Amino acid sequence: MPSFSMDNMVSILPEMIVLSLALAVLMFDLALPKDEKRYLAYFSVAGLAIAGYQTMNLAGLQLDTFYGMFVLDGYAIFFKVLFYIAAAIAILISIGYVKGQEMDKGEYYALILFATAGMMVMASGADLISIYLGLELMALSVYILAGFMRGSMKSNEAALKYFLLGAFSSGILLYGIAIIYGVTGTTNLAGIAAFIQSGQYSGPALTLAMILLVAGFGFKVAAVPFHMWVPDVYEGAPTSVTAFMSVGPKAAGFAAFLRVFTTALPGIQPDWTVIIASLAIMSMLIGNVVAISQTNIKRMLAYSSIAHAGYAMVGFVSGGMQGVSSVMMYLFIYMFMNLGAFGMVVMLRKDGVAGEELKDFAGLAKKNRTAALLMMVFMFSLAGIPPTAGFMGKFYVFMAAIDAGFTWLAIIGVMMSAVSAYFYLRVIMYMYMKEPEGEFELAAPLSLKLAMAVAVLGVLYIGMAPAGLIDFARISIAGMM
Amino acid sequence: MVPLNWYIALSAAVFCIGVAGVLSRRNIIIIFLSIELILNSVNILLVAYSHFLNSMRGQVFVFFIMAVAAAEAAIGLAIIIALYRNKETVLTDEINLMKW
Repeated sequence: MPSFSMDNMVSILPEMIVLSLALAVLMFDLALPKDEKRYLAYFSVAGLAIAGYQTMNLAGLQLDTFYGMFVLDGYAIFFKVLFYIAAAIAILISIGYVKGQEMDKGEYYALILFATAGMMVMASGADLISIYLGLELMALSVYILAGFMRGSMKSNEAALKYFLLGAFSSGILLYGIAIIYGVTGTTNLAGIAAFIQSGQYSGPALTLAMILLVAGFGFKVAAVPFHMWVPDVYEGAPTSVTAFMSVGPKAAGFAAFLRVFTTALPGIQPDWTVIIASLAIMSMLIGNVVAISQTNIKRMLAYSSIAHAGYAMVGFVSGGMQGVSSVMMYLFIYMFMNLGAFGMVVMLRKDGVAGEELKDFAGLAKKNRTAALLMMVFMFSLAGIPPTAGFMGKFYVFMAAIDAGFTWLAIIGVMMSAVSAYFYLRVIMYMYMKEPEGEFELAAPLSLKLAMAVAVLGVLYIGMAPAGLIDFARISIAGMM
Repeated sequence: MVPLNWYIALSAAVFCIGVAGVLSRRNIIIIFLSIELILNSVNILLVAYSHFLNSMRGQVFVFFIMAVAAAEAAIGLAIIIALYRNKETVLTDEINLMKW
């Protein structure tokens, strides 16, 4: 067992930076006048850049610290980089939006940073206790963010639904953890794997615990049948929060989900492969089919996010180095394209008009070519049309599935992507082939433009030159597999 | 000495009561209480296992769960109060702005 040493401090350096950043934001908030809160956002983004730089400096290390509770490996670093970018883009999207919605408070940025710290702990947790703590830190912060528009009944309702179902699902997750602890005598992931490997126990309790864990994590990644909260919460929460929520917690959920199942439970892989494969099929099916009938664009993107969880799970089921790296890539790509799509919804927000309905996009191309073009790139990417990154993500996920012998799963995935093209391309049809109904005044401050530029460059660059991201993902998990 | 199975049965019973409460009740406060019941059933289970396995890990975990449950209660009640200020109800079927 590793002892307490200086390594411990090194391994939690990124978390420390983000947490101190969040606390500093809370303190500076007191000193800033009411309408100057945007400086906190710039400060947070700068801090996240520093954290990212420090984290990249730690790349290549393989530290197992805090008595096996916390690891810093390539896998954790990959996800931490993802979380920094997601949080930074989400903050940039927020600056103009929060001002218009009267939620221009310093706590908003602090909560995003606290949620980011929680997600980082989830990605690094090597013990069910630390994973649970990270998960709760993330979830509790996001519950508040979802209800941040206190005067809006919709936002209240979203926060309440998210909170009740989230607390319920983490209770179920905990029950699974408790059973695993009872059976194996430990909560350490490596210890659990060693116990299962030794073959001392072969009863149904482990399978029951595994099912409870799938339910708990399935809720966080928004997989069917644990998806009922997603459309309501995504629709009701402030759009900038929805943007963050749809990529950060989902990626963090997958990070912990993958680590727990591939390092602690490989001994019962045949059991969970069946369950996760059926979850993947249901998510792709229900997510894509129900999205067709949506007229609210946030709700449509919510169902699309369910479907994307299904695609990522196809890679998960495939397992092995190729499968896991394809999921990581997929989440990275999904982050850019989904933040981009929600950023466009934020941009459409005019005085008095929410800009959340599909018809609000009608004729956008005639009024603002650039905005329509950007939205088109994001929609193409979500649908998985080359040369965008979404195509590359799906390509590697389905290739991993075929190589692992799950050809039928890949076929279902491809068929469902074809279905999804219908509702993604419908947005493009509205923008380019309909007449505008009213005047467009896009709310696009410089920060939002910058965020959109980063997102679209990410989508196009990864779509045309994916080699860098593939290498990053493969090197990251070299030590884990 | 109470055998371990009794603790497991107690915990499973409390867990089922909690789940049934979440699924069947309409009052948000009662649903919230049921969620706390689920967390407490986990605590019973962890402490019992910890005792019979001679391992402190479970009891340490219980402290973490209690701390998180306290934070969760604070946030949950805050959300309920924020909602109550806009619409004076604590019944789930009256909170129905969004439906598919």
